[in-house]
Amino acid sequence: MKVKLWGVRGSIPTTGPETEYYGGNTSCVTVSHDDYVLVLDGGTGIRQLSGSYYPSGKRIDVLLTHLHLDHIQGLGFFSPLFDASKEIHIWGPASSSHSLFSRLSRYLSPPLFPVLLRDLPCKLHLHEIGNSYFEAGPFQIQSNYIIHPGPTVGFRITGKHAAFTFIPDHEPALGDKGMIKEKKWVSGYDLAEGVDVLLHDGQYIREEYLPRKGWGHSCIDDSCLFASLAEVKKIILTHHDPSHSDAFLNNMLDAFKKGAGNIPPVALAKECMEIDLS
Amino acid sequence: MAAYEIEIILNRQLADCLSIPVFITDTAGNLIFYNEPAEQVLGKRFEETGEMPVEEWSTIFKPLDDDGNPLAPEELPLVKTLKEEFPYHKSFRIESLKGVTQNISVTSYPIISRSGKFIGAVAIFWKVKDK
Repeated sequence: MKVKLWGVRGSIPTTGPETEYYGGNTSCVTVSHDDYVLVLDGGTGIRQLSGSYYPSGKRIDVLLTHLHLDHIQGLGFFSPLFDASKEIHIWGPASSSHSLFSRLSRYLSPPLFPVLLRDLPCKLHLHEIGNSYFEAGPFQIQSNYIIHPGPTVGFRITGKHAAFTFIPDHEPALGDKGMIKEKKWVSGYDLAEGVDVLLHDGQYIREEYLPRKGWGHSCIDDSCLFASLAEVKKIILTHHDPSHSDAFLNNMLDAFKKGAGNIPPVALAKECMEIDLS
Repeated sequence: MAAYEIEIILNRQLADCLSIPVFITDTAGNLIFYNEPAEQVLGKRFEETGEMPVEEWSTIFKPLDDDGNPLAPEELPLVKTLKEEFPYHKSFRIESLKGVTQNISVTSYPIISRSGKFIGAVAIFWKVKDK
């Protein structure tokens, strides 16, 4: 199992020298095994899956955590969707009121996009998921609804030798008293329990988080507390705030590590970072 | 360990913020959480008791009608909600194990998850003035 990060920025793409090191593309990750490629989220990072990174297999599964724009904005620029030889399966969280097709079509239709979802040349299959188990290629996948505005899931992907969890948008500390420190009362706990690598929302520092409580994201303190409770082996913080420069992120992590107690190893997600879990 | 569904967790987070007694049960009526104001009704602290089976917490206070006669369980809002997966409301009296009575109103509602599944229930106790 190999994990590669193609977009680690939250909310809106950022460009410029100040964010060049960690990258400015929004959420997209691939998890691969041999020729099979699983795509997590369709943010602007997904556009880079072309050229030598064009998925060679006939079937591609795209797992969407939710349908906020920073997680689907790149879909219209994902080349395999325009390739008639490809069979694309898009898995996304079910809503209690509208179908996945209907909600994706809000973006993939005029006036926001010129091509209709139903007119895409590939063989497209949509799957609505919630608290679900399913298989995609060589991977077993568990999805669970997690705390974030609107229907949102996280994914636990289990391969032959390792497990990887992806929860890029998550606010487990929502509430008056912050995160409840009883495992069965923690949003996303089942997804993260004991995994080798957790790629998790770490958008804010504590001071930024408090006035933004309820927006659906985490400060790095809460992300690492979540990782500790779930006893993950390593946490990588993603969904970097668009206002955070490379220098800010470096200082943020350094300052946090100095004051942190006993937490799992922590790192910052960086565009094009590769994680080998073979 | 299986964590609770997100809709249950969010109900607890909400209950934690409220100044009115809130009880959360699973579909069988077992008490899985009660907030601080509810601790005054039960005379117990959640941190000390943890979850309580329905057989235990249903005996902590005795529901009575206006004439002081015991109310049948099937007349209680929460019991009806658990059975019919529908919200209910009723005013009645409760008598604690120490013999103290008070008038209350209870509003109960089912927790129906995003997938449409019945996963638990909430009962809110409103204290009302003595008649």
